[in-house]
Amino acid sequence: MRQSWWKILTVGLLLYTLLGGFLMEVPRLPILNETIRALYFHVTMWFGMILMLVVAVIYSVKFLKSNDLKHDDVAIEFTNAAILFGVLGIVTGMLWAKFTWGDYWSGDPKQNASAIGLLMYFAYLVLRGSLSDTQQRGRIAAVYNIFAFAAFIPLIFVLPRLTDSLHPGNGGNPGFNAYDLDAKLRLVFYPAILAWTLLGAWIATVRIRIRRVTRAVEDNMTQP
Amino acid sequence: MKKITLAILLLLSVAAQAQEKIAVTTADYSNSSVEMADLMRSEGKIYILVGIVLLIFAGLTAYVIHTDRKVSKLEKLISEK
Repeated sequence: MRQSWWKILTVGLLLYTLLGGFLMEVPRLPILNETIRALYFHVTMWFGMILMLVVAVIYSVKFLKSNDLKHDDVAIEFTNAAILFGVLGIVTGMLWAKFTWGDYWSGDPKQNASAIGLLMYFAYLVLRGSLSDTQQRGRIAAVYNIFAFAAFIPLIFVLPRLTDSLHPGNGGNPGFNAYDLDAKLRLVFYPAILAWTLLGAWIATVRIRIRRVTRAVEDNMTQP
Repeated sequence: MKKITLAILLLLSVAAQAQEKIAVTTADYSNSSVEMADLMRSEGKIYILVGIVLLIFAGLTAYVIHTDRKVSKLEKLISEK
């Protein structure tokens, strides 16, 4: 296994997240009850998604500067992993919402905004799929990726806060930072963000390497 | 320098505003009127659940490591050519 130290760290941190996340003490709050532990699983999906999207944006810029397809590989695969996390985030959020807010989907501004955000990234995949020239695909996708990120951040962080939302920290609701200000929750929450993000990065890097191997094989076949 | 101090003061004032939010207190940890999985804990079944989750996690981890190694082998094969 290549660069195994951070992969061992990933497994260690995830073990800690699962053990600590299920067994360590949490505040006993009405309505939330034990579901407050979803902080370590649902909320961290979104943090992981955004961190991976940052990586994708950086490599999109790098690709535009260099036209080196190696950077395009990183951009697409980190976006893929981020989308996976986003879908998991929205599905887990719906389940959590059903039992705390009363409905899978309440048209909450943050729910709607994250759904729109995901659709923007689905469009990124469709856009890539519709172009066959690798250089052209890389450039158009890179520009789209940068713009999508620039729209995604205000969409999920700024706009829901300007109106009333069920999500903590929006409208008149107390922020989840009121909870994660709580030292005991933070003790698992921060390592959990790192753990899930690293897992996403691991999956992404494996797929990047598959892309590069595939390209090498294809090049070998076209130029014997 | 003045600008930096101003920025820090502004940040502090933002933090002071955030204090108005409802904070979690130590009393929340012993609030027994809120239902939690106490029964599962007393019967020890929460540990069975954690065991199940850990088994799934072990399986997924093994699979990812396996895939990673497979790719490593392919990479070696390509570089030897």
